[in-house]
Amino acid sequence: MSGIGGLTLTIGLPLIAALVLAALSAYERRTGTATGPGFFQRNGLAIGLYLVVAVGFWAFFIILLPQLAMVDMSFRPKLPPAQMGGPKDLYTLENYRYFLFGSTTSTAEWNWIHIKAFFLTIGVSVVITAFNFVICYPLAFHMAQSATLARLRLLLLLLIIPYWVNEILRAFAFRVLLSSGGIINQLLMGSGLTSEPFDFLAADIGLYMGLSYAYLLMMIFPLYNAIESLDRNQIEAARDLGAPWWHIHAFIVMPHSKPGIASGCTLVFMLTAGALAAPLVLGGPRTLWFTPIVYDRFYQAFNWPQGAAYALILLVTCIVFVLVVLRAFRLSLGEITR
Amino acid sequence: MAAAVELEGVNVTFGDFVAVRQANLTIEPGEFFSFLGPSGCGKTTLLRTISGFIEPTHGSVRIGGQDMKGIGPNRRPTALIFQNLALFPMMSVAENIGYGLRVRGVPRHERDEKVKNLLIQVALTEHGHKRVAELSGGQKQRVAIARALAVEPKVLLLDEPLSALDLKLRQHMRTELRAIQKKVGITFIYITHDQGEALTMSDRIAVMNAGVIEQVGDGRAVYAEPRTPFVAAFVGENNQIRGRITQVADGFATLETPLGLLKGRNPVGLGVGEEALLFVRPEALRLGHDGQASGSGFEAETLDVAYEGSVTHVTLRVRTGQKITATLGAGSALPAPGEMLCLGFAPQDGLLLKRPERA
Repeated sequence: MSGIGGLTLTIGLPLIAALVLAALSAYERRTGTATGPGFFQRNGLAIGLYLVVAVGFWAFFIILLPQLAMVDMSFRPKLPPAQMGGPKDLYTLENYRYFLFGSTTSTAEWNWIHIKAFFLTIGVSVVITAFNFVICYPLAFHMAQSATLARLRLLLLLLIIPYWVNEILRAFAFRVLLSSGGIINQLLMGSGLTSEPFDFLAADIGLYMGLSYAYLLMMIFPLYNAIESLDRNQIEAARDLGAPWWHIHAFIVMPHSKPGIASGCTLVFMLTAGALAAPLVLGGPRTLWFTPIVYDRFYQAFNWPQGAAYALILLVTCIVFVLVVLRAFRLSLGEITR
Repeated sequence: MAAAVELEGVNVTFGDFVAVRQANLTIEPGEFFSFLGPSGCGKTTLLRTISGFIEPTHGSVRIGGQDMKGIGPNRRPTALIFQNLALFPMMSVAENIGYGLRVRGVPRHERDEKVKNLLIQVALTEHGHKRVAELSGGQKQRVAIARALAVEPKVLLLDEPLSALDLKLRQHMRTELRAIQKKVGITFIYITHDQGEALTMSDRIAVMNAGVIEQVGDGRAVYAEPRTPFVAAFVGENNQIRGRITQVADGFATLETPLGLLKGRNPVGLGVGEEALLFVRPEALRLGHDGQASGSGFEAETLDVAYEGSVTHVTLRVRTGQKITATLGAGSALPAPGEMLCLGFAPQDGLLLKRPERA
């Protein structure tokens, strides 16, 4: 019964939301709050229908339905297939409880391993986002304001081409490069700087490098777009009024590029916190990243409901965190899409 | 007292392109000095050279007697007003004006005091807290001026700041700019392609063409005593007639043209046989002049009569097909289109200049 109930909720909720919105729009039209030509008048019937169907399908089947199914699953107990939808299939908070307190048989008060991994993931993602910004800002500024067209094209190519290589392959390439017999250790030892190979992977340097590199473009392009739209005269005016270069960046360029900075940082933070390939391939033996734990819930523990709960905890935390940061910088969600 | 700005043999080249050629100039303290020329003549390049955004390829720029070589725009005693004003949109009006003081580390209360005075000076007292986008074109203009004046520059550089305004506001801002300059007493260097602006506001004008300063003088000098054909043709309306000098006497010369012999002043000392251009202002042409008694004359056919009230512009065609413009005063009898007329001018109203080889 509850299986049916879940399905009804999963499909019903978005439908109800869509119907309410449609009714609201019709109501506004009737009361005269909304004016101007209607959606179909503006786009024509054929294109209008296509837009409604395409966007509706995309939003509903590709985005909403899987996520809602995940939400639904995260509140269910782990059951063998035969009992699914049976009398034991009741909504429960067990999976969320597990994240905080661990197994009921465990003696520890809190589930420290998972909680630590979770906060490490969030914390390191913040650091990597900041690091990415520090690397990308000068480059984006150069590309947007001072590079010649030829130089800009070259830089864009150099930035984009490495990303033709698959993410997992790139992670393995880092691993090969940084391994104890890898070329970097060979160079270090050959030059006499160290006598023994340095274990970059155990020190998590490999992981941080891989994560920083993985989503570099997501930082560069929003920054580039934002800085590019800054009138060059603004920079010159500030310089003419006596501003040193750092002041121009801090008080002219960065405030102007705030939406781009926010958009780049949001993307990099979200993607880093949710990255799987780099932590799996490059993660040191002592470091537990959160995404591999989620992965393990699904594929090692075969506990899909628990995996769903863990994934949701990460997703919701990231979204809340991003919204709070945007709020702190007085940016609306609409602005970062500019 | 040292000159405000001195240019000595300034050349600016971009690759093969010579933007400014051999500029030599002294601008006095407290002077309203204009660079006048068509777009692409190098006047903006020269302004950017003075402000420090461009280093001259050769030659030197001195401001207040001090050589500016290697001194960046942020450390020069100049302030530049940009063509698009370049106000900072994310700051309020007061923050814009105070920006230069803020980067100089002027303490807050002192800064606020100064910004307040500047707001009074440009009549924007009520608008200090507003965003720049909320202001009208003329108000933005005044914010830009106040922002530049806040840093107390020795020289204020203005790059066609009025060009974006509508005609009426532009004319109003001319008077206002001139009044502000008189009040603060610093040197203004003004760039424009609009001769009206240059003539009405400036103490002196440098007329530029193709990277070369062709003539420097006050408004009357560049209008009434142009030294080159470019200046004669660019500053104000002018009719030009080609010919060859046949006779020279007492500062006057006679030019043999397809329209007959025409007499004019010969200030540059052209000799017999030289190719020359004769310039006659439209307002110097008289209708029905017999041409023989007191000056030169030629025949022309009336094409178009444009009555403007105080004056009337008459377009005529001479025998060679060339068009000539005559401007008649309010009391004149007006010709009818198609009418054949005799046009004349006094010899002192005709100006003979050497014809450039390429023209």
